[in-house]
Amino acid sequence: MSVADADRPLLGVRGLTHDYGGRVGCLDIGFDLWPGEVLGVVGESGSGKTTLLGCLSGRLVPAAGIVEFLTREGPVVDVLRLSETERRRLARTDWGMVHQNPRDGLRMNVTAGANVGERLMAVGARHYGQIRAAALEWLGHVEIATDRVDDLPDTFSGGMQQRLQIARNLVTRPQLVLMDEPTGGLDVSVQARLLDLLRSLVAELGLSAIVVTHDLAVTRLLTHRLLVLRRGEVVESGLTDQVLDDPQHAYTQLLVSSVLHP
Amino acid sequence: MNEYNFAFLDEQSKRMIRRAILKAVAIPGYQVPFGSREMPLSYGWGTGGVQVTASVIGPADVFKVIDQGADDTTNAVSIRQFFARTTGVRTTERTDEATLIQTRHRIPETPLSADQILVLQVPIPEPLRWLEPRETETRLMHALEEYGAMWVRLYEDITRSGHVETAYDYPVVVNGRYLMRPSPIPKFDNPKLDRSPALLLFGAGREKRIYAVPPHTPVRSLDFEDHPFTVETWAQPCALCGATGVFLDEIVVDDKGGRMFVCSDTDFCGRRREASAGGPAR
Repeated sequence: MSVADADRPLLGVRGLTHDYGGRVGCLDIGFDLWPGEVLGVVGESGSGKTTLLGCLSGRLVPAAGIVEFLTREGPVVDVLRLSETERRRLARTDWGMVHQNPRDGLRMNVTAGANVGERLMAVGARHYGQIRAAALEWLGHVEIATDRVDDLPDTFSGGMQQRLQIARNLVTRPQLVLMDEPTGGLDVSVQARLLDLLRSLVAELGLSAIVVTHDLAVTRLLTHRLLVLRRGEVVESGLTDQVLDDPQHAYTQLLVSSVLHP
Repeated sequence: MNEYNFAFLDEQSKRMIRRAILKAVAIPGYQVPFGSREMPLSYGWGTGGVQVTASVIGPADVFKVIDQGADDTTNAVSIRQFFARTTGVRTTERTDEATLIQTRHRIPETPLSADQILVLQVPIPEPLRWLEPRETETRLMHALEEYGAMWVRLYEDITRSGHVETAYDYPVVVNGRYLMRPSPIPKFDNPKLDRSPALLLFGAGREKRIYAVPPHTPVRSLDFEDHPFTVETWAQPCALCGATGVFLDEIVVDDKGGRMFVCSDTDFCGRRREASAGGPAR
């Protein structure tokens, strides 16, 4: 991890605020995400986790705030003030988005290969053989048997669909991946395998990621730092182990003590 | 013929459609919305083409109508008669004589020239329609030139059957910018769109869209570098006129499996047979 020698954050968020007609979505959220760092965002349902992700990805238009992103080419851009063209280009090259439900992130009616190749084709790849080779390579990375390349995602298990979604996002080698409950709805053994895979991919590719989850075990395994959200506000932040082992805020203490241990 | 205004449509409607045509010519391949009128013709029979024709036809024009390559089918005959009655212009079946040609499903085999206008009837103008049902979203995709989904479709075709399965209405990119449906012409005719000396106008009546390919505009059929675009070929020449390198129709001639392949372009075929007296008789 090259957190120490990076001299400027990949993503800088300041004063991010969004409301749903008087109801607070998220309020004055600020943080820095450094290259190679994985940030966890936890909190109960309705605490603003998904709203925060929506604002970052440009799906929602926040009422106020700045989201600065250090692009691969060098200049820092304010994501919220990019034109639609630039934002979409960024979203399919330098960013990735992993949805909780793979059906939201995949094209279910085209083969796995086409799903992985779509981003490449969207940014101008026009060589069938090369696109297919890239698809096969990425299926290998996410531990899907390469003979499934011509199968529809419908024929995949939930865990495989989720891994396919990850491959589809990583094929353009993005710098930042946003994940909304990546392990939600999967059984525990599949969760463990997915987490293991995510961890190794993040380490190998030097990815930065923001992982939104309500599962503290996921954050423990995957994330370096943690933001605890409550009613749209950050109530506590710090290193993951520190926050989970020694929670300071009453709400965090409640969250940590609510985890069931079998 | 005097009960109707010249070319049936009233002058204001024609002006409105001409404005749409001008915009379409100015932005090659872009679908311009227009206020499509009720025509004395069912949707799907060429209401869009008829309105475009009515707006550009003049008394000096020589008019030809093609339906699937033929001049003598019901649709072609009706539309030709309709404009003969409402304008009094001279009609023809000869491609080289015509100045204005309305066509459905074919581009003539005889090369077009700079003083000709070809009007194509379009059922569904939106090339992204089967990939994205929302009109708001497809317009945005055109605006942002976001055509990745179309390539995904081609990828799927090649993956499943080894080649692109689309044989008609094969998507093209006009002037390096807009993705366009060339109307249901066979992909055999796609190369004729590229840098055509004639003005090509496309009218979709039900969908209320007009688009155009101005003369000498580059039109490229979508393909992959390692799976280049190809057109149909036939093992035998036309059974009537002996032409090769033209689009042939398969005709069943008896109930014992007999069949023959003949030119789809009846004018082209007929004149070849006239020219060579020794050619096989019909």
